[in-house]
Amino acid sequence: MVMTIHVDIVSAEEQIYSGLAEMVVAPAEEGDVGIAARHAPLLTRLKPGEVRVKVDDKETLPFFVSGGILEVQPHVVSVLADRAVRAHDLDEAAALQAKQRAEEALKDRSGKQDLARVQRELLEAVEQLRMLERWRKHR
Amino acid sequence: MAVGKEIRLKIASIKNTQKITRAMEKVATSKMRKTQLRMQATRPYAKKIAQIIKHLAHANPEYKHPFMEQRVVRKVGVIVVSSDRGLCGGLNSNLFRMLLRQMRTWSGEQVEIQLATIGQKAASFLGGAGLPVVAQVTKLGDTPHLEDLIGVIKVMLDDYSAGKIDALYVAYNEFVNTMTQRPTLDHLLPVHTSEIAEELSGHWDYLYEPDAKEVLDDLLIRYTESIVFQGLVENNACEQAARMVAMKSASDNAGKLINELQLIYNKARQAAITQEISEIVGGAAAV
Repeated sequence: MVMTIHVDIVSAEEQIYSGLAEMVVAPAEEGDVGIAARHAPLLTRLKPGEVRVKVDDKETLPFFVSGGILEVQPHVVSVLADRAVRAHDLDEAAALQAKQRAEEALKDRSGKQDLARVQRELLEAVEQLRMLERWRKHR
Repeated sequence: MAVGKEIRLKIASIKNTQKITRAMEKVATSKMRKTQLRMQATRPYAKKIAQIIKHLAHANPEYKHPFMEQRVVRKVGVIVVSSDRGLCGGLNSNLFRMLLRQMRTWSGEQVEIQLATIGQKAASFLGGAGLPVVAQVTKLGDTPHLEDLIGVIKVMLDDYSAGKIDALYVAYNEFVNTMTQRPTLDHLLPVHTSEIAEELSGHWDYLYEPDAKEVLDDLLIRYTESIVFQGLVENNACEQAARMVAMKSASDNAGKLINELQLIYNKARQAAITQEISEIVGGAAAV
């Protein structure tokens, strides 16, 4: 029997997931981290990307987070996401649109745009699309 | 018939008022359900982040963040959350009364105060009373967004970092149930260590990525924002509940008033008829 760890994923708007898992993989700022039970306490920021919750050998649940904070205690992992969505709720059309919009905004160098914000939006959209693609291949 | 024209007009006007209060009650009831759902949806995040902060207070970080250091309190900041609109019973005045009482205690201890207001009512009441309001935001509507609050919170946090204020509070109405809303003053900063959870005692610290300062900065700002936002969302639910109750009692009172007036009117009318008949009978007998 593999040791399990309790996982909570919450976004500012709702609770997304709460349950036991064997391992969690999250996109930390300095690279992806994989967390199993009895991990040392860790506190880190997340960048936009995919959080994978490995419930058991058969089932892995993918979630998209737009950034946030990850806290690890030996028996609890908490993902505080700014925005989080279950993978099958991701909307490809909306992501594509957002990407296009962000790219156009980047080209428009009139100085009216908040560059940092636009880049962040672009990164978010790209990550969403990448995740959708990977997920589709998987099935 | 000329009898009781004033009474009839009065009844008609009260009926109109009753129509309005009834409509407002219905609107508040449906809005209350929505705001309550919103409140429940945002609770897990606020709870979780508060938990992390609690853990953090028990860790032994090498880097001591200014938000976690206890200082001698010479000046406090209060973020006051109120509703934008009135006609919601004693909701806002209860909150202000509690706040003023607390402010009297503070001024007794030679502690200065500065305020930031969220919502129209707090802005006009506290600003009108000549209290030092450093930031305000109004007209957030029924579905507020976190982004709307960031400005107000930033003003306070900047002052805190600069050492202009030494403690930060948030005042709002806590939603207990539909009938009860409790004015609450929550201590936000500095983060205070309360009772030590047993599994967390002992000397330990987090691993921080990329480094303690950046992560803690981010976390503590998020914490403040989420607590204030939770306060706002709760206050919204309170507002609708309080309005619903206030409008219900207003409608009931209008109904009572109409009944009384109707009785008076009927009596006057009956008296006029009786008098007329007796006059006719008296006249016939005289002939």
